[in-house]
Amino acid sequence: MSFLRKALAITRKDILSEFRTREIIFSALLFALLVIITFNFAFGGSQETLSVVAPGILWVTFTFAGILSLNRSFVAEKEENCLEGLMVAPMSREVIYAGKTLGSLLFMIVIEIIALPVFAILFDLPVFSAQIVTVTLLATIGFVAVGTLFSALAVNTKAREMVLPILFLPVVVPVIISAVEASGLALSGEPWGELAPWLQILGAFDVIFLVVSFWVFSYAIEE
Amino acid sequence: MRRYFLPVLGLILMLVSLYMVFVYVPTEKEMGIVQRIFYLMVPMGWLALLSFLLVFIGSILYLVKRQARWDALAYSSAEVGLVATTGALVVGSLWARPIWGVWWTWEPRLTATLVLWFVYLAYFMVRSFAGEESRGARFAAVIGIVGFIDLPIVVLATTLWRGMHPGGVIFSGGLESRMLLTLLVSLAAFTVLYVVLLNLRLALKNAEMVLKQVQANKSETES
Repeated sequence: MSFLRKALAITRKDILSEFRTREIIFSALLFALLVIITFNFAFGGSQETLSVVAPGILWVTFTFAGILSLNRSFVAEKEENCLEGLMVAPMSREVIYAGKTLGSLLFMIVIEIIALPVFAILFDLPVFSAQIVTVTLLATIGFVAVGTLFSALAVNTKAREMVLPILFLPVVVPVIISAVEASGLALSGEPWGELAPWLQILGAFDVIFLVVSFWVFSYAIEE
Repeated sequence: MRRYFLPVLGLILMLVSLYMVFVYVPTEKEMGIVQRIFYLMVPMGWLALLSFLLVFIGSILYLVKRQARWDALAYSSAEVGLVATTGALVVGSLWARPIWGVWWTWEPRLTATLVLWFVYLAYFMVRSFAGEESRGARFAAVIGIVGFIDLPIVVLATTLWRGMHPGGVIFSGGLESRMLLTLLVSLAAFTVLYVVLLNLRLALKNAEMVLKQVQANKSETES
């Protein structure tokens, strides 16, 4: 089998087990909705305040939900020793990275597709634009590129779920800043030109960390 | 004789730089006497970066060659780097208070330094949570590599996000010649200090490893 087909087989396995257990998407989605609602209470009901803090709320929500689902992605593998099974399979470690990253990317996109309309209704904001979709997609790729690497690393430590956010959050600072700024500009109806520098940072982050994570992933899971 | 060369050189340079900072260099016109903290802040920031570069190099060499000495280098450099980064944050904060009226400001370079500080903490945390020592070294190396590559993107994102630092003055030739000379002497003094500290920490680390080896051999012969 070629590299891509092996990776897709791992992604398919993740999707199948997700369909049967409904562990990741359902709980992360509920969590995301609860975070959005909690923020609503935290910042009061005034429409002006909400439109100022909306991009921040959106990205804090996605970051937290992302950490939750990325954690689950490898904890589930570890629990039944499935990770050992993946590692003895006749394929390179990079295949595991590619497959798991693709799976996590799909899960996060599903969560975002459902959470964004809710966000739009609750905050009365125009989130259905090509700009928001582009920003969300680029930022999500960056999240899962780094997140899959760190999740594989965190699952082999003593504190497991606690370790991922502590490793993950400082490194994704550029993604969070760019996503918040670009979404803010997009929500206030700025043209593409205004968003360009942020989209460039997001794109550069994605490319660099897909490559770097791909290269160092084998060191994160080897035992 | 050679053992004392660097510490003595460092001491002399440090005394010369103190003399220059407090007596030789003219007081800056707008900021006044406070500006002299600049000659402490820049070297601190430089050491934070320099030690992180060595962590990066040591990490790559450790992952590729798997020799404990490269990990010892990365680890020792990270320890000195954490101290320097903490120093840069404290000094930066002391400088911000009289100039900008606040202890903390989200100025790009300060923000990037703070992110760097969290990455360093993650570097040590993942070690202590990894259980086995070799696994901790491997995980920490992954953090060292990812964190270092992340740093330019963090700087780029935070600079685009905020901007109020007297940035290009040093390199655009805007610094008065006596000030530049003082800065260079301070930088040299702190770089020598870094090498001295790194050597001491490395010697300690090596002694620890020898001790562990001896203890392991002893318990082996007893059993």
